Amino acid sequence: MNPVVNPAVNTSSSPAAPLLSVDGVTVRFGGLTAIDGVSFDVFPGELLGLIGPNGAGKTTMLRSITGVVRVTEGHVTLEGQRLDALPIQQRIQRGMSLSQQLVRPLRSMSVIDNVALAAGSAKTVRPLRSLLHVARTEELAVARQMLARVGIAQHADQSPATQPLGVLKRLEMARALALHPRLLLLDEPLAGLNSKEARALADTIADVNRQGVTVVLIEHNLGEVMRICSRLVVLDNGRKINEGDPRTVMNDPTVRAAYLGGDAVSHAAAQGGPHA
Amino acid sequence: MEYEISLLTTMGISVLFALSLNLITGFCGQISLGHAAFLGIGAYTAAMAGKAGVPFLATLPIAMVLAGAVGIVVGLASLRVRADFLAITTMGVGFLFVGFVRQQDWLGGELGVSGIASTGLSKTAFMALTLALCVAAAALSLYIRAAWMGRVFNGIAEDEDTMRVLGIDAPRYKLVAFAIGTALAGLAGALYAYQLKFIDPGSFGFVDSVTVLSMVVVGGIGSVTGVAIAAALLSALPAWFQFIGDYKLLMYGGLLFLMMRFAPGGLAALAERFFTPTPDSGEPSQP
Repeated sequence: MNPVVNPAVNTSSSPAAPLLSVDGVTVRFGGLTAIDGVSFDVFPGELLGLIGPNGAGKTTMLRSITGVVRVTEGHVTLEGQRLDALPIQQRIQRGMSLSQQLVRPLRSMSVIDNVALAAGSAKTVRPLRSLLHVARTEELAVARQMLARVGIAQHADQSPATQPLGVLKRLEMARALALHPRLLLLDEPLAGLNSKEARALADTIADVNRQGVTVVLIEHNLGEVMRICSRLVVLDNGRKINEGDPRTVMNDPTVRAAYLGGDAVSHAAAQGGPHA
Repeated sequence: MEYEISLLTTMGISVLFALSLNLITGFCGQISLGHAAFLGIGAYTAAMAGKAGVPFLATLPIAMVLAGAVGIVVGLASLRVRADFLAITTMGVGFLFVGFVRQQDWLGGELGVSGIASTGLSKTAFMALTLALCVAAAALSLYIRAAWMGRVFNGIAEDEDTMRVLGIDAPRYKLVAFAIGTALAGLAGALYAYQLKFIDPGSFGFVDSVTVLSMVVVGGIGSVTGVAIAAALLSALPAWFQFIGDYKLLMYGGLLFLMMRFAPGGLAALAERFFTPTPDSGEPSQP
């Protein structure tokens, strides 16, 4: 057993055991190698930015952590336990949660019901337990709190079907937070938000992290990434090309070349100030 | 009076059968085109157990357990296939059941089982028991929908992958839906056998699976009240209008098509639209 709860620690020299460990992960789709032998650790209390140009394999990396995608080689371990054989739902039950890039709200229920369903995870872990519990006052309270936290409390009783992308992105994150994860995986949570909203949500992410939740953040808005992340892992063409302190990493010529080789203009613009 | 009692019993059994499919298809979104097989398993189990001397009330739980057990096995197939493939798989299960029973001499083969033991109850008491079980199944359905299980079913019906990302063990919940739904179908089947005193493989075929599905769709997929009303009405129709018996498949198939095309929410949605004062679609015309 490791005394892992030690938030807000700069872990570059910390001896703490990693919360999540990605070890030599390779993912192939047919003949295409999407991820090629990537290894990195995520330490308790960290806010790790996983960045790279479009098509670098960031989302695939995140999906192989959650189990949506099966790794071809290598291992993913959470607190020393291998996750390889576990289906998605069991990985989530072990304390990780995912805010997806492509929003997937349940459109048959209201915004707050979406979040309350996630907040009831303790009651839905087994069918029998879910049959014996009816009340959801607590879950609705938690849901309301999470919606307020991401700034969409005013949309609580509306249908997700009528909401703009910006609201749905934040709904996705509220739902992930409602699972009370120890490890929060965020896939482009700021996309589709204007600069003010993006800044506010980035502050919320930093806030959540300060309260002890370890975060892995995929984000194209490099301005916000540089502002809130404590460490970066950079992927390009499925390989890890650098890792470390944000400023040092971004000054690395290889990283710059990777971005300039891609759609450099929009990212340079994003660095100056995110566009809506 | 005898006729009314018999009709009410028939309606009660149909409602119970439709509610059982509603749990699987309506609540949990798992389509089944072979549900009559479970009615058949319940009916044959009760008939054979009754013949073997098992008292009436004891045959009911046996029928439920056996139908539910086979239901779980079919449910395991639902973990591998989805939507239209599940429809085909369950349809296959339905044909398999009929094909199997037809070949079994000990189950009466083509001729079926006749001379099924008496319940020991008067016709009125049997009707009362059937209606009471019907009410109990409706109450169970309403309870499940109000409980967390109902919320999970609802989510799985809409988007199973998202439910997994929320940490929900969707496969296990689907198995539970199949287990409860097919066990209730088994109960309906047992009552069916005792009411008619005679069963044959032809009563549990594809037509009957389509009939019960059309009851669920006409009532409004997932709506307990709507499905109960639709099942009661549609099961009484052939008794009221003799000619419907000859065109059963045409009528139920046609109803299924018309409802899916023009009112996918069924009677429940139509009623809601009728009774809701200012629906969303009416707003633009308001000053």
